[in-house]
Amino acid sequence: MSDEKNRPAAIEDIDSSVTLDRREFLKLAGGGIVIFFSAGDEIFSQEPARFQAGRGSLPTDFNAFLRIGEDGRVTLFTGKIEQGQGVMTVLPLMLAEELEVPQESVDIILGDTDLCPYDMGTFGSLSVRSFGPALRAAAAEARVVLLELASEKLNLPADRLQAKDGVIFDRNNPATKVTYAQLAQGKKIERQTKQKPSLKKPAEFKVMGRPVARRDARDKITGKAKYAGDIRLPGMLYAKILRPPAHGAKIKALDASAAEKIAGARVVQDGDLVAVLHEQPDVAEAALAKIKAEYELPPSDLNDKNIFEHLIKVAPQGKPVAQGGDIGEGAKLAASTFESQYLNGYVAHATLETHTALVKIEGDKVTVWASTQAPFRAKEEVAQVLNIPAQNVHVIMPFVGAGFGGKTNNPQTVQAARLAKIVGKPVQVAWTRADEFFNDTFRPAAVVNIKSGISNSGQIVFWDYEVLFAGERSSQQFYNIPHHRTVVRGEWGGGGRTSGHPFSVGAWRAPGSNTNTYARESHIDVMAAKAGIDPVEFRMMNLSDARMKRILKAAADKFGWTAASAPSRRGYGVACADYLGTYLATMAEVAVNAETGAVEVKRVVTAQDMGVAVNPDGARLQIEGCITMGLGYALTEEVHFKGREVLDLNFDSYELPRFSWLPKIETVLLDSPEVPIAGGGEPAIITMGAVVANAVFDATGTRLFQLPMTKERIKAALGK
Amino acid sequence: MAGKISFTLNGKTVDLDVDGERPLLWVLRTDFGLTGTKYSCGEGYCGTCTVLIDDEPVQSCQYPVKNAAGKKIVTIEGLAVAGRFHPIQEAFVKHEAMQCGFCTSGMILKAYSLLKKKPQPTYQDIIQGMDDQLCRCGAHNRIVRAIQEAAVQMKGAVKR
Repeated sequence: MSDEKNRPAAIEDIDSSVTLDRREFLKLAGGGIVIFFSAGDEIFSQEPARFQAGRGSLPTDFNAFLRIGEDGRVTLFTGKIEQGQGVMTVLPLMLAEELEVPQESVDIILGDTDLCPYDMGTFGSLSVRSFGPALRAAAAEARVVLLELASEKLNLPADRLQAKDGVIFDRNNPATKVTYAQLAQGKKIERQTKQKPSLKKPAEFKVMGRPVARRDARDKITGKAKYAGDIRLPGMLYAKILRPPAHGAKIKALDASAAEKIAGARVVQDGDLVAVLHEQPDVAEAALAKIKAEYELPPSDLNDKNIFEHLIKVAPQGKPVAQGGDIGEGAKLAASTFESQYLNGYVAHATLETHTALVKIEGDKVTVWASTQAPFRAKEEVAQVLNIPAQNVHVIMPFVGAGFGGKTNNPQTVQAARLAKIVGKPVQVAWTRADEFFNDTFRPAAVVNIKSGISNSGQIVFWDYEVLFAGERSSQQFYNIPHHRTVVRGEWGGGGRTSGHPFSVGAWRAPGSNTNTYARESHIDVMAAKAGIDPVEFRMMNLSDARMKRILKAAADKFGWTAASAPSRRGYGVACADYLGTYLATMAEVAVNAETGAVEVKRVVTAQDMGVAVNPDGARLQIEGCITMGLGYALTEEVHFKGREVLDLNFDSYELPRFSWLPKIETVLLDSPEVPIAGGGEPAIITMGAVVANAVFDATGTRLFQLPMTKERIKAALGK
Repeated sequence: MAGKISFTLNGKTVDLDVDGERPLLWVLRTDFGLTGTKYSCGEGYCGTCTVLIDDEPVQSCQYPVKNAAGKKIVTIEGLAVAGRFHPIQEAFVKHEAMQCGFCTSGMILKAYSLLKKKPQPTYQDIIQGMDDQLCRCGAHNRIVRAIQEAAVQMKGAVKR
């Protein structure tokens, strides 16, 4: 396999913002020992070479901080945010492990741009995989500094001392001891170790790898947990934004007189931004509905049916991202050849919390509370629109009601900032559900073309893969194929400006990977069926990666898979994937109602190997969530549109997975202590399209080459 | 339009001078500052804004506040009594029946009304009873487990 295959996927956003000056931070942090470190090469040198390539593109000022207070409690500062995936629970485990403190003594501050180190955003399974090693290095260094301080205080050589549970004691005489709190008392020390201490090996873990309860549960069951829309400030106004009927529509005429007659309502027009503000959000919304606007609509013949034809026409030239052997040579070895096209529609993020932000401007200082996955980006965007220095903007992060990649841009925050400046009061912008659908950066519609061939014995001899508009991630196959090529045409991000899409598109939980995995793993099954070989056996025959074979076997064992060539009429499906270092195999059992076209997913087993699952409970919760959420894009979720008008504006027509869809879900976690710790918030969603498509084929003998597999498409495919 | 409305909110009688057509959701969130009740779809499709009115689940975004006159409203903030969590809340914690937490208030209150009607629900009772409540993070299987657990814990408990 080529080196290309092992490159990490592109980091979504390369930014090099400023970090908080250390002295400034010391002022803010107050008493206690503050440990600084920089995330240099030494952190990433612990990862195999395959993860190092491309890391140069990470911001060089990617720092992390921790503080040991005079009371012995430890505060962890991270630019990450909590959107439900357990970041605030898992990061303290990583710190506690290396610092040698009880995890209960660790407090965490997330995403506060004045207190926390710069972070480009919470996405891409980076929190544990990439921030984790940096955090652990900080904690390890802090421990060494504390040991040095203890050595001075106790007048004993450092190598006679041991740290445990926030106490440093003399190994020869454990009664001689000093606590971290005592060492921190009244001191303000910036000190760095001469040598970077090494991180613990998985075999040495005492905290990491053990299940722990999530930290946010009690606030979330009582309604205490604050989200951006829950922040109240004296004098604040709620703004509702006028939504055009279609993307690219221009206002020709506007009559806001009826809205202005509503007591307390204030209409603001600032260029393209039209809003009604009121001290009650529902009154603002009612007033907004009274605005009459005429628009000039952009011409467009596109719709959700002809979009694929269009995308094929406008796709940019490709670039090969992986290559090996020679496709022509491979074709000569083939006993059977295959050519298929796989289609995937636009999908919405549809988080239950809509985009929300509150902005307060006082003199030249701005405070922002926002539902965002990227608070530091919000800070920059607000500074830019208000034309003030970024250091005057302070973003404070409440809980986020899920993101899935949809909250990396901050348009609602920019709107709130513009309005707050105009009206001179704090302004909250909370999008309605229709705003949320309309303004969403959808997962792009995409097309995958695959040509392949197998030998008489069922070995894949060539693989010619081309993906349009889904991007590179997970496009590179991991089977043992002598002649292969993977070409990527168009990325998943961008939107109307750079692509053929009628609206903006962007990252959606595991960007690109859902489409690529659906196409690849469907096509593997197409070949297995033709060869008359059981799809698990066919994969095993064509895999040489021992880690992938192990995870596939683990799934098969849990599922109780027995060999049969498809269609076996059992309704069994399988799919494998490698997502940024996390290996997984998913199996599903479905029943298809040929009359209604309804697919019932009865059972799903996912086996996952993320190196080490730092919080196994959290990892399982993420897998279960991915499986359930993934049923949506497999079966129903698809954005309908006409021209540049979005037709789905609420959950009546855009159907999310429900309780009644719930399969029996089983998870298997395997460790691979020798590989870097990888993320768990995204991987298990990427196999869902393929595993259900493969199971539908196994049940019916009919394959669907387009997602979602709606009732109508199933019926049509079955000839009903 | 505006007029006095009186109801019981989380155990306390409240009087309100308000336009009776305003949705209960926004009266709770802004006039009373009870932000545990969330807005999500605004049209009654998701159940996120569910509160209890005389123990019945109601989507508060669709409910004119005037209809609450003389009734007993319970929001998520009012479910714990004297600082003690309701068994459903405890079960949600135990089974980690949430991720982002935005649907959690509505889920718990809907489960409360379900268990009131069916103290010993079957799996299918729970699925059917909860089917109109949306969760985007996919915490569904944990929520079902939490409701099953709560049913067991509440058996024989003092009826509230």
